[in-house]
Amino acid sequence: MESILFYLFATVLVVSAAMVVTIRNPVKAALFLVLSFFSAACIWMTLEAEFLSIALVLVYVGAVMVLFLFVVMMLDIDVESMREGFARNLPVGALVAGVMVVEFAVVMMSDRFDSQSLPRPAGHGPDYSNTKELGLVLYTDYVFAFEVAGLILLVAIVAAIVLTMRRRPNTRYQSPSEQVKVNKSERLRIVSMPAEKRLDIDN
Amino acid sequence: MTNQDILVVLPEIVIALMACFILVLDLYLPATKKKKFGYGLSLVTLMVGAGLSIVYSEPAPVYGLNGLVLMDSLSAILKVGICISTGFVLVYSRGYADARGLWKGEFFALALFGVVGMMVMTASNHLLSLYVGLELLALCLYTMVALRIDSTAASEAAMKYFVLGALASGILLYGMSLLYGLTGTLYINELSASIVRHDGSTLPRTMALILVLVGLLFKIGAVPFHMWVPDVYEGSPTSSTVYLATAPKLAGFAIILRLLADGLGSLATEWQGMLLVVSIISLALGNIIAIAQSNIKRMLAYSAIAHVGFFLLGILTGEVSGYASAMAYILIYAVVTLGAFGVILALSSKGVEADLIEDYSGLNQSHPWAAFIMLLLMFSLAGIPPTIGFYAKLSVLQAVVNAGMTWVAVVAVVLSVIGAFYYLRIVKVMYFDDLATSHPGLQFRPKQDARILLTINGLAVVVLMPWIGKLTTLCEGAIEVLF
Amino acid sequence: MGWIMTTWDSLPLILQLGIKIGFIVGPLIVAVAYYTLAERKVIAYMHVRVGPNRVGPRGLLQPIADVLKLMFKEMIIPSKSDKYLFLIAPVLAVTPAFAAWAVIPFSGTLVLADIDAGLLYVLALTSMSVYGVIIAGWASNSKYAFLGALRSAAQIVAYEIAMGFALVGVLMVAGSLNLNTIIQAQSGGLHQWFFLPLFPLFLVYLISGVAETNRAPFDVAEGESEIVAGFHVDYSGMGFAAFFLAEYANMLMISALTVILFLGGWNSPFDFPPFSWLPGVFWFLAKLSVVAFLFLWFRATFPRYRYDQIMRLGWKVFIPVTLIWIAVIGAFKFFTPFGFIFS
Repeated sequence: MESILFYLFATVLVVSAAMVVTIRNPVKAALFLVLSFFSAACIWMTLEAEFLSIALVLVYVGAVMVLFLFVVMMLDIDVESMREGFARNLPVGALVAGVMVVEFAVVMMSDRFDSQSLPRPAGHGPDYSNTKELGLVLYTDYVFAFEVAGLILLVAIVAAIVLTMRRRPNTRYQSPSEQVKVNKSERLRIVSMPAEKRLDIDN
Repeated sequence: MTNQDILVVLPEIVIALMACFILVLDLYLPATKKKKFGYGLSLVTLMVGAGLSIVYSEPAPVYGLNGLVLMDSLSAILKVGICISTGFVLVYSRGYADARGLWKGEFFALALFGVVGMMVMTASNHLLSLYVGLELLALCLYTMVALRIDSTAASEAAMKYFVLGALASGILLYGMSLLYGLTGTLYINELSASIVRHDGSTLPRTMALILVLVGLLFKIGAVPFHMWVPDVYEGSPTSSTVYLATAPKLAGFAIILRLLADGLGSLATEWQGMLLVVSIISLALGNIIAIAQSNIKRMLAYSAIAHVGFFLLGILTGEVSGYASAMAYILIYAVVTLGAFGVILALSSKGVEADLIEDYSGLNQSHPWAAFIMLLLMFSLAGIPPTIGFYAKLSVLQAVVNAGMTWVAVVAVVLSVIGAFYYLRIVKVMYFDDLATSHPGLQFRPKQDARILLTINGLAVVVLMPWIGKLTTLCEGAIEVLF
Repeated sequence: MGWIMTTWDSLPLILQLGIKIGFIVGPLIVAVAYYTLAERKVIAYMHVRVGPNRVGPRGLLQPIADVLKLMFKEMIIPSKSDKYLFLIAPVLAVTPAFAAWAVIPFSGTLVLADIDAGLLYVLALTSMSVYGVIIAGWASNSKYAFLGALRSAAQIVAYEIAMGFALVGVLMVAGSLNLNTIIQAQSGGLHQWFFLPLFPLFLVYLISGVAETNRAPFDVAEGESEIVAGFHVDYSGMGFAAFFLAEYANMLMISALTVILFLGGWNSPFDFPPFSWLPGVFWFLAKLSVVAFLFLWFRATFPRYRYDQIMRLGWKVFIPVTLIWIAVIGAFKFFTPFGFIFS
């Protein structure tokens, strides 16, 4: 049962990942990326990593990719001009990718990573809470790395703001409180004017 | 968590908190006081950080926070170096950045967060803390490069830096994950012993080593992973160039030493060969291409590549004296580069970038003092005898010869002599060419504090010469306790 | 009775699950149908109108008539639209809206999947509901639909953060991500319910819930006065019905979650007879109805927010409020003798 699920999700993952790079339409590519994230999350779920799996869906599928789509949908990407370089660089890229695949395959198939040196970890009972264990490790043993990661996120926020915010001194914007506080004497001036004479429109 | 845990990372904590404080202060202070307070506070913070690093330093490694970080004299020295050089950066870049609207709270905060990242890198004993430190620094650097949002050159440089940096991080992480798979540990001081324990195929560990090495070399900009360096140096505002050209090199040295010499020391024979190739082609390519440059920032970028190649020579000896000479080399390099960029910054004014070599023609006639300081610094970068730059090169070469690699030393000397050409060309342009008439000419009007520091910095490359032996002793002492 | 249990046990697991799911989804669809009727009636009375009263006694068969009408209408696919995505979008809207109900405990034992990280599961699924809207807006290849999709995407992401932080407060107090455990932590009567100690988070959650479901006054994604019907302007027939179903199922879902997280779930408000005689399901559904009524009341009461106001409220008000309250909870719980407030 588990291996059926694994192969199902793995197939979806690989196919959708392949579609991400081959499909022409950038929006569809992003949607396929969503699908591949989702299948990866499902695979993690079968590996008893339910917290990471749900966090992947929550963070990447639910937030990051939404913003990504948001941007991609608004861009007017000229796919044809992007494909020009593709054909030219394809041989080099394919060569590098091929070499890397072979290298990693050789490394992964070596006796260091076979099932004897790295046995499958024992499963846990139903009371085992992945989330709790992760929290315990994260906030005790690895609290330093966790805090520095927090600093990284802070810097990311600062960076995003400093690089995109431009103060425009000339923009006009409403100040509702000012508008509400206004009273009659500030806005209304009663001027006395002489009454106009009646026009003669006899002829 | 004990007191010791806090003490080990006290400088980092203080600087990070102060950076946050400066950010918040920037929101509430009136515009006139912002710059003054931010600048003052940042300098004070850096001084406090350096002071704390000295006060709580321990000669032998003291581990804290579950062994994720350690405190030893190596990290103490480098932390002090990072703090001081960042302080210099702030002083030098004030006039330049102020004239271009970059002198604001975010600049200080980013510089300080970057310092925290570098300190974490120097003090890390764990692949995780090393990586998060590296990323913290990298994110600050990307932003500082792009800080001039209206400049396309800066945006392009930042983009290149970011994409390549992210790729390098990925490669480094892949290598780290393989290391973890092989050893079952992320602690750097345990890697060495456990990576050779298994018998069987050595291919995975070589692969892990290559990936880690590529990631590291990318980050310090050694050939063939140097493509980003010239564009980033040239494209970013000089106030950011000076920052990324100095202190991060110290942190880069620290992670290379910790990961290669300490963590993967048992694979020394494997990485020595790789480093040998990398350092010789870095020296060759850096020194030769620098000759063709007309932009002084770009030239200094290629010079940085060459210098990285040189300090890697010290590392690849695989001996304590070699590591110590590399450490002395990188410290001296930081001091000299700071001065060189300091002069460029001081000569730039509103609308004048002072980044073309021809801008400097006849500088001696208009600003003899600036020209003289630049002369000392160029001599030092070239490694000409009465300067500390000479000593730095000499000690690395000695270590290389002692390790029995005489031919490497010979090649390095030849390439350095080639390299001396372009440094001396600056001197020639400043002293023997006529004053340029085609453009407005450079104005040497640094702020008072920058002028004083620049003078000290310029003279230091000669005046410190008698005491320079002490630096080597200090570095040797710091490194000996590790091995 | 014994034979029912033996037959039940002899059924294959898949079939058992299917029947259980049917018992949740069936009533849910009926509830949605009558929720639409309730909406029209409630708003009508608030407007001093009568509302639908022609089909069946007092209009009670109106939802059936609506369903039949939508089922037999032609589903038009615009010629320039992206056909596959256009058809997938309603499915993507409905699926998470229904799937999230799997972990909702209707009573102490009446729950389909009592999983450990139930809260995270719900959060993950509600965050996925935005895809239906975005894809529908983009695939329609129409400006109005696209504008609606963009508005919805930005709004949902903004409010999801506030919503998530509000949930962090809940799980700090309850100490668990399991929905049943959270409810049990609120047992003992009204004063134990989390909406009291977590009042700011309760408000933030409720309002963010309204925003997440794109309901008035946050319904700029539909914005019928500006962009016709927003993201589903090009849908008709069953496609439209699916979005309708998803929206109302999501509203009920948010109501159910509000009840579970802040209003004691299936606990009775007073821990003594006659209140404690009534079953948990009754209390759960009663509370759910009250919160669901609030949604309708909001719609009848408030004018639509301007888009920048929505963004400002989400990012600059709700997120800081939740962050501060989380810090307050943590500080009180661990550093002061008043920690009992938050436990």
